[in-house]
Amino acid sequence: MSGLIVNRLNVSHGAIHALHDISFSVDPGQLAAVIGSNGAGKTTLLRTLSGLKDASSGIAQWDQREMLGVKPEDLVRRGISHVSEGKSVVPELTVKENLVLGGIWRSNKAETQESIDQVVELFPRLGERMSQSADTLSGGERQMLAIGRALVSRPKLLLLDEPSLGLAPLVIEQIFETINTFRTRMGLTVVLVEQNAMSALEIADIGVIINLGRVVAQGKASELINDPALRAAYLGY
Amino acid sequence: MELWRKARDVVRKKIFFFILLGWVLLIIGDRVDELRVYQGAQIAMYSIALASIVLLTGYSGQVSLGNGAMMAVGGYSAALTLNNLQTPIWFAFLMAILVSALFGSLLGAAAARLSGPYLAGTTLALAVGLPAIANQFTFLGGEPGLLFDIGFPPESFGEEFTQYKWFFWIASFIALISLFITSNILQSRFGRTWRAIRGNSLAAELAGVHSSRMKVLAFTISSALAGLAGAVLAMTISLVAPGAFTLALSFALVTGAVLAGISSLPGVVLGGLILVVIPEIADAVANRFGDADKLNNYLPGLIVSVLLILSVIYTPNGPGENLRKHLRKKATH
Amino acid sequence: MQKVIETLLIGLTTGSIYALMSLAIVLVWRSTRVINFAQAGQAMFATYIGFEISSRSGVFWLGLLFAVVGGALLGAGVDYFFMRVLFKHANTGPAAVVAPVIATLGLLGLIRSVVGLTWGGEFRTIEAPASTDGYTIGSTTIPFSPLNALVIITVSLILIALAILFQRTNLGLALRASAYAPEIAKLAGIRTARTRTIGWAIAGGVGGVAGMLVSSNNFLSPYSLDLLLVFGFIAAVVGGLESMVGAVVGALVLGIGLTFILNYVGTSLVFIGGFTVLILVLLIKPDGIMAKGKGRRA
Repeated sequence: MSGLIVNRLNVSHGAIHALHDISFSVDPGQLAAVIGSNGAGKTTLLRTLSGLKDASSGIAQWDQREMLGVKPEDLVRRGISHVSEGKSVVPELTVKENLVLGGIWRSNKAETQESIDQVVELFPRLGERMSQSADTLSGGERQMLAIGRALVSRPKLLLLDEPSLGLAPLVIEQIFETINTFRTRMGLTVVLVEQNAMSALEIADIGVIINLGRVVAQGKASELINDPALRAAYLGY
Repeated sequence: MELWRKARDVVRKKIFFFILLGWVLLIIGDRVDELRVYQGAQIAMYSIALASIVLLTGYSGQVSLGNGAMMAVGGYSAALTLNNLQTPIWFAFLMAILVSALFGSLLGAAAARLSGPYLAGTTLALAVGLPAIANQFTFLGGEPGLLFDIGFPPESFGEEFTQYKWFFWIASFIALISLFITSNILQSRFGRTWRAIRGNSLAAELAGVHSSRMKVLAFTISSALAGLAGAVLAMTISLVAPGAFTLALSFALVTGAVLAGISSLPGVVLGGLILVVIPEIADAVANRFGDADKLNNYLPGLIVSVLLILSVIYTPNGPGENLRKHLRKKATH
Repeated sequence: MQKVIETLLIGLTTGSIYALMSLAIVLVWRSTRVINFAQAGQAMFATYIGFEISSRSGVFWLGLLFAVVGGALLGAGVDYFFMRVLFKHANTGPAAVVAPVIATLGLLGLIRSVVGLTWGGEFRTIEAPASTDGYTIGSTTIPFSPLNALVIITVSLILIALAILFQRTNLGLALRASAYAPEIAKLAGIRTARTRTIGWAIAGGVGGVAGMLVSSNNFLSPYSLDLLLVFGFIAAVVGGLESMVGAVVGALVLGIGLTFILNYVGTSLVFIGGFTVLILVLLIKPDGIMAKGKGRRA
């Protein structure tokens, strides 16, 4: 029973009950697209999984070990990386420093350098801008940097929060392509939270649709794409 | 019409309360000994000073360490007026109010765009530097300061009526009136507006509040109160000197306000009581353990600091808040 | 012309000491979003320790070492035992904004009282490690002494060491990341709480050096570092509070400016000068003279 298992997860923001009995599972190596409209609770879900937020009840396990209540810093060492929403780079640091940050917890500097080289292979544009300050990057480049940093920590489970937000369609396409590439290459398990449902489901193995804090549908991504009722309700057409 | 009648009733009740309080103080003043009467005057003085903090920090949310400096401004203005212009005493107090209000408005204008630590740091600078300024200018009397002698009580009060009792009467009278006025201001739309600004100044602005203007107003009134308190302080020690308005005073004021509930006006009397009692306790402890000087100088500070830290961590909004929370919990079970 | 150079040199000396203080303030501000007024108290405590060691051993540098270590331990202790408790408890109501400020002020008073009770309020002196007689160039003696030169050299060395730490080491990177973007730092696996405590320790140690340098051949008392705190704060604000380079630049500017006022106008206006500078900067360029217009995040 490896992989990511979430069972009856409940999360509240103060008095507001944000997530109700969320349950789903992702097998190792799969890409799960978590989709839903704004305010559905998708970001809250990721933040709870990565330890930034506390759950009120429920279970979340990765690789048969409980994830909830563990600090984010410790989860990183277990191979769980979260790229939070909004192009999470540190603008005051250079591109290189941002990437090094991904491996900073590791004592083996050579491994980190290796990972950085791999990431640069994946995102050549970053390689061109290594010594530039991160705030000079374009939106798409920043997103690549944020994802790149997460990859440097060599995760087994990658949590991506709306990587397409605020990006031009062409850039979005590139990024999704790249996500698909590296996840198969590195054998990652990915949870991809997106508003951009179509693009997400196209590269996903399974889909989980969340509305107002509850799971309203889940299953194979290909089936969800083709289900007209679901499409109408949540995908807009 | 109903509302107007209700408001008038509230004010009438308040006037009645204050008159009653004044009468009680009168009686007490007659029954207790000299030292207590003098301390009563001090408590009255602290009440006014703490009220200035409640208004500024508790209501309008601006943390300032400058109230001690404003007290100095008031004290010096009163002394200078009395000594150089030979005016009646009430005029000297009036000048204290006006001059410190003026300085307060200047400080407020400068500070209106500051918040949190910037404001605190700036006013800290003021509090630290003020004794230095007073030392520099000779017309301020330098280190020994200036005399502030309001004279003997009127002969018609008889021989039994001591100087300290006179101080107590004047201080209490001034305290009662200023607390009454302050209470009305705090309960008026000014008070409500300040609290709105304190809570969320952006939202307040969107609701049409000129938050800068209101902040300056808070500083002005608060400084006026502090200046008045400073003049009363000067009266009780018959002196204004830099040593009476040190950084320690500003600290003590903030502490007293936090301990008694930073946004609670009635609490100021309790706060004043605490501030007067602490040196007494320190004295008693010092005398017990010998080495009176060192202990006397630093023990009050220690007690004040510890109390401040404990109260700011555990009852940041005053003991009243914890009590209310407790009662609320009981109610919902 | 000579007076200008003299004033400049003295100003540089004064500014360097302010730089240490303002650096410590900015370090703590960036990592914890708190202006630690107790910094002066920590520095004072550390300096008293340094005083004890240096007067017993007769070696200033030994005292300095102990002051640094003492200051670092105290700084770490304050963060670990005090600040964490504070943030856990006082985070609601109108006092939430006010609480950290008042708490650090209370801590300052507490440390001062403890120091006063332990050592008393009399002025102490720490033997300076270098002569305070001005250098003689040809036939003139300038007010710049070997001690002043030593101060400038010491501060420069410390600044260089800190720059290396922050820019070239992983610890420095972790410190910067934790200060600039604590959430991202956590997600990158940095133990931000521990890192913050280290930041406080560094700030405390630096403060200890500042205290020792200011007090060498000067008077040490429970109140003698208040001005250092005030000017360090002003320098930090002038420099913009957001960058360490700014803190240093602001301090040098302030130090030189105040010394010019001192030499050309008179002592009475020094403090008023400093205060005016503070108000002016806060009104005209609240982001500090080094800011790129990012806006003041209080």
